[in-house]
Amino acid sequence: MTTVESVESPTGDSVLGAIVRRSRIVVCTGSGGVGKTTTAAVIALEGARLGEKACVVTIDPAKRLADALGLEGLTNTPSKIDGPWPGELWALMLDTKSTFDALVRKNADDAEQAEGILANTFYRNISGALSGTQEYMAMEKLYELHEEMDFDLIVVDTPPTRNALDFLEAPRRLTRFLDHRLYKILMAPTRGFVKAINVAAQAFLRTVSKVVGGDVVADAVTFFQAFDGMEQGFKERAELVLELLTHEDTAFILVTAPRRDVVEEASYFATKLGEADIPVRALIVNRMHPHFSDASADALHERARTLAGTDLGSLYANLGDFIQVSTNEEEHLAGLAAKVRPAPVIRVPYLETDVHDLESLAEIASHLF
Amino acid sequence: MVIVAGKGGVGKTTVSAALARAAALAGLSTLIIEVEGKSGLATLFGQPTFDYDEVVLSRGGGPDGASDVRARTLTPDDALIEYLEDHGMNRISRRLAHSGALDMVATAAPGIKDILILGKVKSLERDMRPETHADLLVLDAPAAGHAISFLRSPRGLLDAVSVGPINAQARDVLAMLTDPQRCQVVLVTLPEETPVNELVETAYSLEDEVGVSLGPVFVNAVYPELAGLATDPVQAAADAGASLHPGEADSLRAAAAFRRRRMALQHEQLARLGELLPLPQVRLPYLFNADLGPDDVDLLAQAARDGIEALVALPEAASNGVSS
Repeated sequence: MTTVESVESPTGDSVLGAIVRRSRIVVCTGSGGVGKTTTAAVIALEGARLGEKACVVTIDPAKRLADALGLEGLTNTPSKIDGPWPGELWALMLDTKSTFDALVRKNADDAEQAEGILANTFYRNISGALSGTQEYMAMEKLYELHEEMDFDLIVVDTPPTRNALDFLEAPRRLTRFLDHRLYKILMAPTRGFVKAINVAAQAFLRTVSKVVGGDVVADAVTFFQAFDGMEQGFKERAELVLELLTHEDTAFILVTAPRRDVVEEASYFATKLGEADIPVRALIVNRMHPHFSDASADALHERARTLAGTDLGSLYANLGDFIQVSTNEEEHLAGLAAKVRPAPVIRVPYLETDVHDLESLAEIASHLF
Repeated sequence: MVIVAGKGGVGKTTVSAALARAAALAGLSTLIIEVEGKSGLATLFGQPTFDYDEVVLSRGGGPDGASDVRARTLTPDDALIEYLEDHGMNRISRRLAHSGALDMVATAAPGIKDILILGKVKSLERDMRPETHADLLVLDAPAAGHAISFLRSPRGLLDAVSVGPINAQARDVLAMLTDPQRCQVVLVTLPEETPVNELVETAYSLEDEVGVSLGPVFVNAVYPELAGLATDPVQAAADAGASLHPGEADSLRAAAAFRRRRMALQHEQLARLGELLPLPQVRLPYLFNADLGPDDVDLLAQAARDGIEALVALPEAASNGVSS
């Protein structure tokens, strides 16, 4: 396993090392199953190793980060992980609902308004299930950590690529929701615009009631009434979060595996980031197959055919297969590497075992930095 | 109906294609249902991408479309429009779907998008019209954790919405999901530690929380056996009366060692899966060719068929999970 290309910056520091030193926030993005969570943990660990106070935030529901750090039961507030590093390493697992609850409490005029909202069925649905809520709360948590605790480095793990848009738009999503016509219709009675509810809008509401049941609509109306006056606080906060995400101290790192379909997803995500004017600072490719020799796969397979039935034939066939795999991997990556240029491409080999302790995280670190 | 579920990156779509093609080769007309789009299913069959309208991915040449593999993508918006139109709400349907109001409604009652899709799946399953009927439906389920919430949506909605069409829909969908004669869930995994752990978790949640019946587990990308890899290349060359290029022995040795180590790890994980989850396993081979096409799908379909037939022939060995 000698495929790691160590990328050196002019100062001799590894490129990723330089990014960790320079950034206050690192966002690891990519599709599911490519080792994103682990990569985030390794980057935070490197921060701690460099003497920084680092925190890793994961929103991965599989609790894999907790496994990797050998910690059971991470919670929504950072816990400190002790280890032999000069800095500090903290970790937390995002709890969407409690983060949302805290945000409501913070923005409410008084405790009564807050409790009214928290008890509402419609709110409970939003806080747990509105598509994009999880992404939004991840960014809210990021902002909160950034503002309220003095971390030198915060590393966040993001949801899979398919939700890329949600993720980038998450802070805007709720505000768009609040600007929605239907919301305004529902709110109208409390604002004294009763007459403004036209006949069409009422028909519309009746249809919704017919489909989902009257209770659901009644809950929604109660929620919006309770929420009245809080929109502005939410909107302002959302803008601040977006500002933080696009700040130059925030580095987006794209994590992928070299399989064709995964690279396609990563590439799609690179495009989305590009559209949002967010540069990819580094491309990390996990699970690269080793490149055993420069021989051509075709020649090896040809030789295997003439030696078919012998052990040597099998050995050639096997080598040919792996040369084929690693050649394909490089081909798949070429387009993506060009797309994120000048971001460096950092290759991490296929590891013998899964990562579940600090030692295996350290091994990955040796490939990344 | 077979629902194919598993976390992202384990080859769910490839297994869906292989299963559909295996059924088609056995003479069944098969319809693959996509719910997320952009899955590469069409590419596997060498066809252009498709959406809500049904397409034929491969012709089997059987009478009346038997042995064909067809496919379509279901989206909540389209399913909602169709549902409202079928229920005499033509006028409002497009407005409701396109004004973004579906998002609002979906927030009011989470799971509503899932139930719209599952409701459509159910009507396809019940569709007995000869021109549109399919003998087997293969549903390529959403990835990872979402598969559980997706399949749990009817039960959740029964609690949230106690009357009306959504309630009736949820009831019908649940009846389909929990009837082992009508529906089975096939879980897909890789022979690796984390995917195996997640598969076991998913399997128990699906059984406990949804009440679905689980079919065999499909283990994807298992390295095929290859005799002779334990022999040192120098010895192997002497045995075969051939000579090696300079330096070649090292790369042959390294590649063989790599494969043998990985195979040993895979066997460990397959055994662990068998211990943790008492379900039969069907193993599909790892394909070194990266650009999978129709020939590869056929190869996997054959492997799926062999695997399933072996289970039928040897129910005891199968129920013990791992035999190697």
